[in-house]
Amino acid sequence: MAYFGTLTLQADVPYSLPLHLLWRVKERGMKHVFQLHLNGEVVEVLAPVHKTLLEVLREDLQLTGTKHGCELGECGTCTVLLDGMPALACLLLPIEVQGQEILTIEGLAIGSTLHELQNTFSELGAAQCGYCTPGILLTAMALLRTNPMPDRQQIKEALAGNLCRCTGYVKILEAVELAAQRC
Amino acid sequence: VASTYSIIGQPVPARVDGTGKVTGVTRYADDLFLPRMLYSKLLRSPHPHARILSIDTSKAAALPSVFAVITGADLPQPYSIMPVNQDEHALAIDKVRYVGDPVAAVAAVDEATAEAALHHIEVAYEPLRSLMSIADALAYPEERIHDYNRVGNVHRVVALEFGNVDEGFHEAEYIREDTFFFQGNTHLPMEQHAAVAQYTPDGALTLWSATQTPHYVHRALATVLGLPASRVRVIATPVGGGFGGKSDMFAHEFCAAKLSMLTGRPVKICLTREEVFYAHRGRHPVLMWVRTGVKRNGAITALHFKTFVDGGGYSSYGVASVLYTGALQTVTYKIPHYRFEGLRVFTNKPPCGPKRGHGTPQPRFALEVHLDKIAAALGLTPVQIRRPHLVTPFSMTVNHLRITSCGLGDCIDAVVQRSEFLDKVGGLPFGHGIGLACSAYLSGAGLPIYYNDMPHAGVTLQLDRSGAVCVFCGAIDIGQGSDSVLVFIVAEELGLDPRDVRLVTADTALTPVDLGSYASRVTFMAGNAAITAARKLRAQLLEVAAEALQVTVERLGMAHGRVYVTDEPAISMPFVEVARRAEARFGTLSASGSYTPPPLAGKYRGHGVGPSPAYSYTAAVVQVEVDPDTGWITVPKVWIGHDIGKAINPYLVQGQVEGSVYMAIGEALMEEQVFRKGVHKIPSLLEYKSPTFLEMPEVDTVLIESLDPEGPYGAKEAGQGPLLPVLPALANAVYDALGVRIDEIPITPDKVLKALELRDRGQEPRVGPRGVPAFSFPALRQVERPEEWLQVVPDPGTRRP
Repeated sequence: MAYFGTLTLQADVPYSLPLHLLWRVKERGMKHVFQLHLNGEVVEVLAPVHKTLLEVLREDLQLTGTKHGCELGECGTCTVLLDGMPALACLLLPIEVQGQEILTIEGLAIGSTLHELQNTFSELGAAQCGYCTPGILLTAMALLRTNPMPDRQQIKEALAGNLCRCTGYVKILEAVELAAQRC
Repeated sequence: VASTYSIIGQPVPARVDGTGKVTGVTRYADDLFLPRMLYSKLLRSPHPHARILSIDTSKAAALPSVFAVITGADLPQPYSIMPVNQDEHALAIDKVRYVGDPVAAVAAVDEATAEAALHHIEVAYEPLRSLMSIADALAYPEERIHDYNRVGNVHRVVALEFGNVDEGFHEAEYIREDTFFFQGNTHLPMEQHAAVAQYTPDGALTLWSATQTPHYVHRALATVLGLPASRVRVIATPVGGGFGGKSDMFAHEFCAAKLSMLTGRPVKICLTREEVFYAHRGRHPVLMWVRTGVKRNGAITALHFKTFVDGGGYSSYGVASVLYTGALQTVTYKIPHYRFEGLRVFTNKPPCGPKRGHGTPQPRFALEVHLDKIAAALGLTPVQIRRPHLVTPFSMTVNHLRITSCGLGDCIDAVVQRSEFLDKVGGLPFGHGIGLACSAYLSGAGLPIYYNDMPHAGVTLQLDRSGAVCVFCGAIDIGQGSDSVLVFIVAEELGLDPRDVRLVTADTALTPVDLGSYASRVTFMAGNAAITAARKLRAQLLEVAAEALQVTVERLGMAHGRVYVTDEPAISMPFVEVARRAEARFGTLSASGSYTPPPLAGKYRGHGVGPSPAYSYTAAVVQVEVDPDTGWITVPKVWIGHDIGKAINPYLVQGQVEGSVYMAIGEALMEEQVFRKGVHKIPSLLEYKSPTFLEMPEVDTVLIESLDPEGPYGAKEAGQGPLLPVLPALANAVYDALGVRIDEIPITPDKVLKALELRDRGQEPRVGPRGVPAFSFPALRQVERPEEWLQVVPDPGTRRP
C-alpha cells in the first residue's frame, strides 16, 4: 500500500531535519492536479486520484458546508449540483467532474444575498440541526429550476433521496413551497 | 387574552442560527481543522464477549506516520454517566463486552494511515459465551458480563408498591393482563460523532465535541485523564442531530484527548456511520407485562407493571432507564394503587441509553394499547376509557410526582374532533383504521445526575455600550432551538431586536453550567435562568431611565429597542442611550440568573427518576391504511395535540412536534437495532430503514397552552413528549383496520401477515410475546401514598407572567 512506503534513511539527505521528524517523511503516493469549475471559479487541487469529490471539497478546499452522513451514497447529505443536477459528492471522483459546473452550498447565495430557499428555510425553522440542510437546499434548487411551481408530491419525490432526522420534513416542504411562491 | 409580548409566541423567524445553517457556514465538529492536526481511529472488538489475553501495539507504533498508539493501560480510570456504576473504560482493559467495544486507538498523519495501522495491532482474545437476549442473560447467571453487580447479569432491579395494589384489584370490576415487546432502535443522527482535542504544553486541554452534555464530558475528561477540571475546557460544537445519542461520554473523546497529550498535537476523530450504530446508547429493547383493574366505566383501580430491559454491555444511563420504564405511567390517568417491578440485564450488545423519551415510550406503548383492549372488553370507546379519568391539574400522583398544569383533556378533545375520530373508529372499511393514545413527559429532570445542590442552569448577560447584549449559557443547541429560545427570552425582557442579542454557549471555560440538552430541560431551566438574569439587568436599566424620563419605574416598558412610558409611549429613550447611562452609573453591566428545580423528590429509593417541575401532555390520533395482501402500512395523517404550556416560538414548537411524529413513525413501522451473533444486522443508512419524505404523513398539530405557573412565560417541553402517543395510536389504528393485534414494535408487514394468517386459521389474531421470563423480583418496597394524594397542590406562587 502506497501509504506505507518505509523511508530508508540515507547518509546524503540534503536537509537537516531532526531525525525524529525525518523518519516520518514518506512517499505519499501519486497525486494529480485537477481543475474544477467550482461555484463559478476555476480552482486547482493537488490530490490523489482516489480521493472523492467530497473529501477534496472538505479537506483540500475547506468547503465544509458539504456534509457527510454515510460516504456510501445513502443519505443525500453530501449532495452538490453538477451542471445543475443533484449528485452525491461521496460517490464521485474529481477526475470525473472536471469541466462540469459544480455548485456547493457555499455558492448558493449571490454575494451577501441569500437564495429565496435559504431565506424560507431559515424563517420557518426548516433547518433544525442543519446538518442535512445544504444537501436538501441544493436538491430543492435543482427542482425549482426545472419545475418552478412543483406540487407537494413532486417536492417529496424530488427530495426523497435526502434524509433528515429532525424536522419530520414538514417545515422543509413548507419552505420549498414558500420559496417557489416568492421566486 | 391578547398577547402582550413582542417576540415570545410570535411567528418571528424561527431560528437565530438559521443563516449559518443555510449557508454551510456553521462549523460542526468534523468541520474543524487545526494546524498540525493528527487523525485517530479506534480498534474495536470483533467479539461480543471475550477476555483480552494480550495486546501488542509495537508493529503499529513503529509504522511511519503513526504518532501514538494507546490501549486500556493508558487510560485506566473507569467512568460512567451515572455515579453509581463506574463500569466503562475508554479502552477495554481485561474484557470486551460487545462487538465494537474499543480496545486501542491510533493517532496518525491522516485517517487512512490510522485505519491501516489498526490492522497491525495484535490482540489475543479468549472468546466467552455471549449473552444476546434478556432470556440468555437470565439463563446463564454464571457467565457474568460484569462482576460488580450483585447477581448474575442483573444490572438493576426495582420493586416498588405505592398504595395497596391487591386491595385495588379487589375493587376492580374487570381485570386484564397483557404482554408487549418493544424492540430497540437507534437515534441515527445525520452527523456522525466527532471530536477534536488539543493539549498544550502548559497543561491545558481543549476538546471540541459533538455532544449534548459538555458539562458531563468535562467532569469525566478531568477524572479519566487525571487533569484538574479547571484546566479542561469542553466546547460543544453545533450538534448535527442528537436525540439522546450524544448525551453520554464516549471512548473517542477520551482517546482523542489522551493522544493529543501524548503527541503534543491536535487530534481529530470522526466515527464512521457503522461505528455510530455500535456507539448507540439508544432505545432499550423492553419486554413488558401489565395487569390493570378497572371499574366498568374505565376508572383504574390498580395497575401492576413489569419491565424486562435489555441493557447491552454497560450501565450507561441504565439505572435511570429502568426506573423510567415505570415512572410516568401515573402521570396521565388517575391510578390509586401502583406496583412496578423492573429489571435491567447486561447483554453482549452495544449499551443502550436515552433516546427521545428515555425509557418511557416502551411502557407508554404497552399501556395505551392495553387500555384500548380493556375499552373493547367493556364496550367503551377509546375516548371513554381515557377522557373521564385524567389526572387533576395541581395534584400528586400515587408515586409522589407533583403535577402542575395539565392540558391533556384539551389535547384529546382537539384531536378527536379534528380527526372526526368517533365517526371513524370502528366504522372505516376493512384495511382502513384510526387509533388514539395519550402521554406525558418531563420538562427536565427534577434531580441532577450527580447529587449536588447547585443550579441546573445558569445564564450570564453582558451589556456593552453599543447596545448589544451577550448571553453566556452552557446550553447546547442540538437542533431543538435552544439558542433561539435564549435569544428570544432576553430580547423580550429587554425590548431588543433579536439580532442585537449575541450568544456564547456550551463552552465550559466561558459559560455558566447548564447540565445539557437532555430530558427536555433547556427551555424550562435555562429559559428561567435567562429570565432571572434579564430582569436583573432590566431593573438597573429602568432605574436610570426613570430618572432620565422623570417618571416612576412602574410606568416604563421596553420594546423595539426603546424604553418608553407605557401610558404615554411618545415619551421614550433609545435602549442604547439607557445602556450608556446605566454603565456610567453602575460600571460595567452584567447580570446572572440561575435555575434550580423546587424540591420534588418523594422519600423512597428510586425517587430520583420521574420528578419534573412540569409535565407536557400529548394526545395523538393516527390514521392508517393497511394492505391485507402485503401487510404494508401507510400512514396518511396524524393529528396531534400537545400541551406546550406556552409556545416561545410557534415554528420551533411545531418543528419539534413534527419531528417527534416522524421519529415515532420510524420506530413504529421500520426501525430496529438488531444483531446476529453480536454483529449489527443492518449498520447502514440504506438498510436501517428510516422514513423518507415519501413515508412521512401529513401532520395536523394543535398546540394547547396551559400556561404552567413555573415555566418561562408558562412554557413546558416540546422535543420528546409528542413522540410517545404516536406508536400506540398507530398500533390501535392497525387493530381498527384489520382486527389484529401487533403487540410488538416495530409493526412490520411480516407481523401483520402472520396475524392475518392466525386469524384465518381461527387462532388468536395477535403477534406479540407470549409471556415474560420467570424471574422472582425482590420483596416489594412499600411506599405510602403522598398525604396530599389527589388533593390540589397550592399554586406555588412563582407564576411567570
